[in-house]
Amino acid sequence: MKDAIGNLQRILVLGGTSEIALATVLKLAEPRQGVHVTLAGRPGERRAAAASALHAEGLQVTEVDCDVRERNSYEQAIASAFDADGDVDVVIVAFGVLGDQERAWQDLDAALELAEVNYVAAVGCGVLVAQRLRAQGHGAIVALSSVAGERPRRSNFVYGSTKAGMDAFYAGLGDAVAADGVQVLVVRPGFVKSRMTTGLSPAPLSQVPEQVAEVVVDGLRQGRRTVWAPPPLRFVMSALRHLPAPVFRRLPG
Amino acid sequence: MDDRRALQGWGGTSPSVSLVHPAGDDRDLVAMVTEPGRRGVLARGLGRSYGDAAQNGGGLVADMTTRNRVLSVDTQTGEVSVEAGVSLDTLMRLLLPMGLFVPVSPGTRQVTVGGAVAADIHGKNHHVDGSFGDHLASIDLLCADGSIRHLTPLDDLFWATVGGMGLTGVVLRVTLRMKPVETAYCVVDTERCANLDDLMQRMTTDDHRYTYSVAWVDCLASGASLGRSVLTRGWPATLDQLPRRLRHKPLDFRPPELAVAPAHLPNGMLNHLTVAAFNNVWYYKSPRERRGEIQSIGAFFHPLDGVRQWNRIYGSRGFLQYQFVVPFGAEDALRRCLTMLSDAGQASFLAVLKRFGHGNSGHLSFPMPGWTLTLDIPVGSAELGGLLDRLDEEVIAAGGRLYLAKDSRMTAATMRKMYPRLEQWREIRHEADPDGVFMSDLARRLEL
Ligand SMILES: Cc1cc2nc3c(=O)[nH]c(=O)nc-3n(C[C@H](O)[C@H](O)[C@H](O)COP(=O)(O)OP(=O)(O)OC[C@H]3O[C@@H](n4cnc5c(N)ncnc54)[C@H](O)[C@@H]3O)c2cc1C
Repeated sequence: MKDAIGNLQRILVLGGTSEIALATVLKLAEPRQGVHVTLAGRPGERRAAAASALHAEGLQVTEVDCDVRERNSYEQAIASAFDADGDVDVVIVAFGVLGDQERAWQDLDAALELAEVNYVAAVGCGVLVAQRLRAQGHGAIVALSSVAGERPRRSNFVYGSTKAGMDAFYAGLGDAVAADGVQVLVVRPGFVKSRMTTGLSPAPLSQVPEQVAEVVVDGLRQGRRTVWAPPPLRFVMSALRHLPAPVFRRLPG
Repeated sequence: MDDRRALQGWGGTSPSVSLVHPAGDDRDLVAMVTEPGRRGVLARGLGRSYGDAAQNGGGLVADMTTRNRVLSVDTQTGEVSVEAGVSLDTLMRLLLPMGLFVPVSPGTRQVTVGGAVAADIHGKNHHVDGSFGDHLASIDLLCADGSIRHLTPLDDLFWATVGGMGLTGVVLRVTLRMKPVETAYCVVDTERCANLDDLMQRMTTDDHRYTYSVAWVDCLASGASLGRSVLTRGWPATLDQLPRRLRHKPLDFRPPELAVAPAHLPNGMLNHLTVAAFNNVWYYKSPRERRGEIQSIGAFFHPLDGVRQWNRIYGSRGFLQYQFVVPFGAEDALRRCLTMLSDAGQASFLAVLKRFGHGNSGHLSFPMPGWTLTLDIPVGSAELGGLLDRLDEEVIAAGGRLYLAKDSRMTAATMRKMYPRLEQWREIRHEADPDGVFMSDLARRLEL
């Protein structure tokens, strides 16, 4: 249970190798040793590396197998994290794939992969986690969305459309569970230099995962529903949303 | 009538949502306890504990304030039987006119008798009279199996309940011994103390002469003035000590409610400068020394009750109260703690210092012979968590502890080190409540 200072006891990360999620966990756990984190993700080197990195920072880490393409798999992972001793204070929904954007609108498998991971599984996990947190009467969900969902562009509209869907779902979920003491924070990062984006040329206002983590932690403390990272993107996106379509299409990138 | 809503402690931090059930008769509560759901049941009084002691996220909470009858009064012996939801305010208003005063009064009258038992509260008279649990003849406790047990100080479960923070069951009724008084006034001596040595010296020398004793310490004074304070001590006034104008109504007790604090003042209104300025004025306004002043019980015991919901002045982020005790002989630890607080400049109006007398048999009861310091701190600064964690270490090293009714942030590991009788308490509780029906957010945080 979160204490008066904001110290947490337990965190669950779905998509346990996400760099933004790991940076956020570190930031959330910074004030005190011994915070417990469950990393739910596919077994392998990357998850093990993430676990040992967190362990080295003084966290207690549990790894749980979870492939979000399988409904059974994420149902079990979420159940095991919540059935362990102690309430879960924060759940970070961090899984997602970027894919090859040109293939993604022409190749059925590629398109469905994006839709299933980024949208279908996000909705499934959201439903399960929300029920668990409501039953506790407290807790928070951090949903890692993207500015790409705000007004999908020609260059990444498949990815953007999945994020638009999950973003809308979690925003609505936040309204639905607020009275039960549960906060849902939708996070819309812009370009983040991470494993997911290696090879892509950084956009203006690009940032590292630690900067996103900072925005997330502030947003949680202040009880916000949506945050942009970096925060000025909010105004950039607001302007972009209102551009007439012909102008929007001609923007570079 | 059940109501799903967010509950908080007096500090306004860490809310959680539970199903709040206005307590009905015994049968109604038995039904609640025997159908506890997955998250358990907890009794709540007036919510004057500062942290998460009186909340049970996702579970059931019995609002005991609906059970507020005085059941019997024996004016000869001073023995009074009440329902646990009756407030000390009600007891004072009803019984002071009969010459009976509560045996222990905290800094506010707005607490229930059930809350007073569950936290084993102490007052300015602890050094001579002990804590609330020392003045009880018996309690009726609704246990996890739905039975109602009549417990006396001869029962282990009685002492697991006194100070047990509602985790052994629901206190339904309490028989307590009130204190006979001739008037609703106190005779008060006030002294200004230049620093901590001066203060501790005066308290050690003649606290035993006084029934009530407490010092208000300016936490922002540092260096040679560290521990600069105003010491107020007194006795219940006898009839012949009252001035003539008060003598015709010596037991008159009608404390006024002055004002309601505004909904929420802006965050950060209390900062180092405003508090330091206030503390300065307050110190120099206090008399260097004044003897034999007559003060009403309200003014002497409950100065803050004049402003309803004064906790709001700390802004929407809320505040916490840090109260610890260190044993006699650990004066250096007390000084180090005060220095750390003074150096950090964490805005606190004033801290309160008091000397405790003997503790009692309550396994989780807070008081032990020693010095107890209490201060309010607004939540918000990034350094606060670390500062308090370091203070915890000092307190543990000195063999002291924190008060559960005030705590909102210590850890399970800290708690284990501070309460050596925790294991014994756990065994008794486990026997009375093997399935953990009684649960609170505090219990979850501290893994009780
Ligand atoms: C301004 C102020 C000054 C204070 N000064 C002092 C002081 O000088 N000394 C001191 O000792 N304390 C002091 N306190 C703390 C206060 O006395 C305790 O927190 C007390 O327990 C509050 O009683 P309550 O009825 O509000 O209980 P709540 O805060 O509602 O509950 C406190 C605990 O009691 C349990 N409880 C309540 N009713 C029952 C019941 N019927 N059966 C079983 N468990 C129950 C709850 O489960 C919870 O664990 C002060 C608080 C304030 C706000």
